[in-house]
Amino acid sequence: MSAVPGEIPAAPQSAAMTARLAYRRSRILREKAIELLLFLAALVSVFTTVGIVYVLIKESVVFFQHVPLLDFLTDTQWTPLFDDAHFGILVLLSGTLTSSLVALSIAIPLGTLIAIYLSEFAPFTVREVAKPFLELLGGVPTIIYGYFALLFVTPLLQWFYPELPGFNLLSAGIVMGIMIIPYVASISEDAMRAVPMSLREGSYAMGATRFQTAVKVVVPAAFSGIAAAYILGISRAVGETMILAVAAGMQPNLTMNPLEPAATITAYIVQVALGDLPHGSIGYQTIFAAGLTLMLVTLAFNIAGHVLRKSFREAY
Amino acid sequence: MAYARDRREIRALIASHKRWDLCFGLLGLLALMVGVLTFVALFVDMAIDGVPRLTLDFFTSFPSRRPAQAGILSAWVGSCLVMLVTAAFAVPLGVAAGVYLEEYAPKNWVTDVIEINITNLAGVPSIVYGLLALGLFVYQFGFGQSILSAGLTLALLILPVVIVATREAIRAIPQGIREGAYALGGTQWQVCRDHIIPYSSAGILTGVIIGMARAIGETAPVITIGALTFIAFLPPAPLKPELPFVSFDWVMSPFSVMPIQMFNWTSRPEAAFHQNAAAAGFVLVLMTLAMNGLAIWLRYRLRKNIKW
Repeated sequence: MSAVPGEIPAAPQSAAMTARLAYRRSRILREKAIELLLFLAALVSVFTTVGIVYVLIKESVVFFQHVPLLDFLTDTQWTPLFDDAHFGILVLLSGTLTSSLVALSIAIPLGTLIAIYLSEFAPFTVREVAKPFLELLGGVPTIIYGYFALLFVTPLLQWFYPELPGFNLLSAGIVMGIMIIPYVASISEDAMRAVPMSLREGSYAMGATRFQTAVKVVVPAAFSGIAAAYILGISRAVGETMILAVAAGMQPNLTMNPLEPAATITAYIVQVALGDLPHGSIGYQTIFAAGLTLMLVTLAFNIAGHVLRKSFREAY
Repeated sequence: MAYARDRREIRALIASHKRWDLCFGLLGLLALMVGVLTFVALFVDMAIDGVPRLTLDFFTSFPSRRPAQAGILSAWVGSCLVMLVTAAFAVPLGVAAGVYLEEYAPKNWVTDVIEINITNLAGVPSIVYGLLALGLFVYQFGFGQSILSAGLTLALLILPVVIVATREAIRAIPQGIREGAYALGGTQWQVCRDHIIPYSSAGILTGVIIGMARAIGETAPVITIGALTFIAFLPPAPLKPELPFVSFDWVMSPFSVMPIQMFNWTSRPEAAFHQNAAAAGFVLVLMTLAMNGLAIWLRYRLRKNIKW
């Protein structure tokens, strides 16, 4: 190195610069690659939805080539595996709707009551204990609730009403309602807690009691959030599988009477999956048509909920 | 005199309103008790029926036609292996998606679609995931009715839970941390790798545990893809004596899981099998309760300890 002081050594510096530039370029390239990877990971959820729609529609299209849509919607028998095959989804839908109605008539009043109590009445310690407990309750696997419905609640109900069959929609619906309570209560409570304190203070300043404040101020203000909780509860009830498969029986039965056994859409899918249906047979395709119906019912409720939320939204 | 009567009336009115308050408070407590008592009844009922069956043999025996000799060996091994596959897919995918949405995603319609989609996926009934897996993984991709199919299905099912938990944990990190790291010349990925992900790991862990607790209890999607209800052999061992010491034959093996074993025993008419179902259910409840409890405790600790 015999460089004259003050003279700029051109060649080494340009080499260093190219190295720096190359490093910079590779760094940018690597950053871009990582961003792309992360983006693809985020897209997996979109692919899941596309996959669900694709699979359900693909198999249902084949199904509806064999079974006219009108028969599917109006036939009053569901006997897809018999020689004299009938495909009336109403039969399964009636089971789904009846059990959901029973479940919701338990979950909505009790869940709302618990939410109001926890958000407006309960002392701090009760709330601190009850919230995690409700969460635990929501984490119990549904097959456990199924066991409970079949072997605890049904015998209990039979004690009051001896004619009740061993499989029935009532006990399944009741247990399903209890299962849904934590979801309804927890989301409603969050919505009520989000109502600003000043609204309550205003109400108390006018001389209103806790009950009046809760029912006439807090609940209306939190209505959009409470509606969201109800919609989630309905989705859970309609899509619930194991409780019904265990406790409500698997006999298709066109009835709105909760005291009878009946198969639901979900229980039918489980029943077929437990058997050994060859891939591509009409029986195999029925479960996708049933699944599509289930998705459409859930979607309808979700859209209704969205509209409801939009039109009752209160902004503070 | 009129004044006195008015005052008395007002007092009566206030008293009756207070009574209303009290009644309603009691009603709320009662409703809460219904939930709590049901849970206690469920737990006690299951414990009374099931605990006598919980011997060591119960965990080391295969299912059998004779209820007294039947056990849950294949079921719990299957559950563990399926959970392994689920975690291997759900955790990296969920964390990556969460990091992308919080740190990278531009404000455009693609991001909006992804976000709305994640919200909606959380409301899709679990059995529909089973149908997706049956059509796609089992037949289209040819994975068959294997541990891999089940693990992938459950991974998709809990992905929204992991993503939401990751996003919430990342959102709690103050902006100053990022700015400090950028100021020192860190790239976006370096900031995420060295700061964002480590600092949010406890929150992410909470979400992962809750998701896994849900996955371990899921029955419907696993039945739909065709898990066996009666299986008297174990999948090939994941470890072997020769090189390279690990084998992945087990991912393609048929399997059963705990909730399916329980379903199978519950739907049999004999009371002796119901006892087995209670015992299996008791183990399952303890597992999910322990996992959920751990997650709740972790979150509680987190909320208390972190002061930025």
